[in-house]
Amino acid sequence: MNLTAIRAMYVSEMARFFRTFMQSFLSPVISTSLYFVVFGAAIGSRIDEVEGVSYGSFIVPGLIMLSVMTQGISNASFGIYFPKFTGTIYELLSAPINFLEVVIGFAGAAATKALFIGTVILGTSALFVEMQIQHPLVMVLFLVLTCVSFALFGFIIGIWAKNFEQLQLIPLLVITPLVFLGGSFYSINMLPPIWQTITMFNPVVYLISGFRWSFFGVADVPIFTSLLAIGLFQGLCLFAVWWIFKTGWRIRK
Amino acid sequence: MTNILSLEGVEKTYDSGFTALHGVDLTLKEGEILALLGPNGAGKTTLISCICGTVMPTGGKITVGGYDALTDFRKARGLVGLVPQEIHLEPFSKVWDTVRYTRGLFGKKRDDAHIERILRELSLWDKRDSRVVELSGGMKRRVLIAKALSHEPRILFLDEPTAGVDVDLRKEMWEVVAKLKASGVSIVLTTHYIEEAEAMADRIGVINAGRLALIEEKDALMSRLGRKSLKIELESPIREIPDDLRSYDLELSDNGYALIYEYEAGAARTGITRLLSDLRDAGLCMNDLSTRQSSLEEIFVSLVQSQEEVRS
Repeated sequence: MNLTAIRAMYVSEMARFFRTFMQSFLSPVISTSLYFVVFGAAIGSRIDEVEGVSYGSFIVPGLIMLSVMTQGISNASFGIYFPKFTGTIYELLSAPINFLEVVIGFAGAAATKALFIGTVILGTSALFVEMQIQHPLVMVLFLVLTCVSFALFGFIIGIWAKNFEQLQLIPLLVITPLVFLGGSFYSINMLPPIWQTITMFNPVVYLISGFRWSFFGVADVPIFTSLLAIGLFQGLCLFAVWWIFKTGWRIRK
Repeated sequence: MTNILSLEGVEKTYDSGFTALHGVDLTLKEGEILALLGPNGAGKTTLISCICGTVMPTGGKITVGGYDALTDFRKARGLVGLVPQEIHLEPFSKVWDTVRYTRGLFGKKRDDAHIERILRELSLWDKRDSRVVELSGGMKRRVLIAKALSHEPRILFLDEPTAGVDVDLRKEMWEVVAKLKASGVSIVLTTHYIEEAEAMADRIGVINAGRLALIEEKDALMSRLGRKSLKIELESPIREIPDDLRSYDLELSDNGYALIYEYEAGAARTGITRLLSDLRDAGLCMNDLSTRQSSLEEIFVSLVQSQEEVRS
């Protein structure tokens, strides 16, 4: 392992984040506050409780997951796509490093940013609603696993994308609908039976449900199913990364 | 001198089926400057890319400092610095940060004194806190060189370092290369310009259609290049060269209206004065005189043609 190189990539990626620190910090704070105003105060006042939890508190895990997934993907995909776009990828290819080290450096930084934003949202939420975390260790495990998995997924998208349109395509057409329809703002039990069945094909449901369980001890699906789902997704991403590493797909001619 | 780089039968066929390199053999001695010349699409950049790891060769063996570039890629690549043809830089990074980043990427411990030395040598020290996007084209090229030197490589690859660069900057680049050579770095550079090869290289290689058509010491090549020809146009045509002029090895051309005389441009005695006087004595009247120097391109063409004849 070329640890110095991993550190160089990680630090360089994080530097981009810190260059726009106020923006990176303020935007999740503002968007979370807006969600609380709209969903918590305006609409939430008409919904008493969901699964025995006040609606304002209920949406917190979903909000965190929503941001963590989209941020993990966008940071990692942009992080590796940008060198491809500017041509500086030549440096990564000619350096004495292997692809795994590149993944750790780039996806690691993207996961860190997502984790930071998740934590900021959690902190902001605590200002608006009463927070309780029944299973803090599971919460941290879920958060970290989600950050890492979606950073890996974003990294794969960044390698795959040949232009900026493709870079936006999967997050926009696949991830955002899945996250919004994955129970970020509602319990699956609130849906009509047919939609409950359809929703079960949405993998994000398992992640949000598991994460919510770590907060309130209530879930749409059993916690072990959720853990299995995030484990499976992580495994798939790792396999894809390994395959890219093996074949040099879309990286090395 | 030992070989710092050796290539044996290096081949590259792209997925499209296009073969860019047909078994290239090449060695580079420690501390030497090798210029690779060749037309566009000849395979110069592919060759450099195979050595540096940005393109995977499909055959052959590359050894850098004794390390196999494929199986021992960490050690091999650690010895190599690459300055690409295009200006590939992250626009918003500061000069200092981007150069230090490359050093880290190559697994070298932080050494600010070394980075400072490089930046000073390349006249970039005053620009260390500038963002890349604010620099001129020439300065950006220097940043690329600084990055390539940041990890103290033993071989530096310069892929067309002066393409699209004005004359002054080109001269400056040559000075930079001379300094690098003096510091013991071996250099491989690709170029279109014969003056560039002449000014810098110890040896010159010519690549054409993915094959190394020639590799020769510069001085030997230059002496071949140094041949000039004098064309003497006659007032009236002659059918054959007069006996008195046979010792000059003249060639009759333009249907007897011209004589061609080849000579060494740098020679102490070219024989021109004596030839002109003998021509007058032989009763030949001249209309005009012109001289021309055989270009490197002509040498390439004749080389490539003779190679193709040998192959067929």
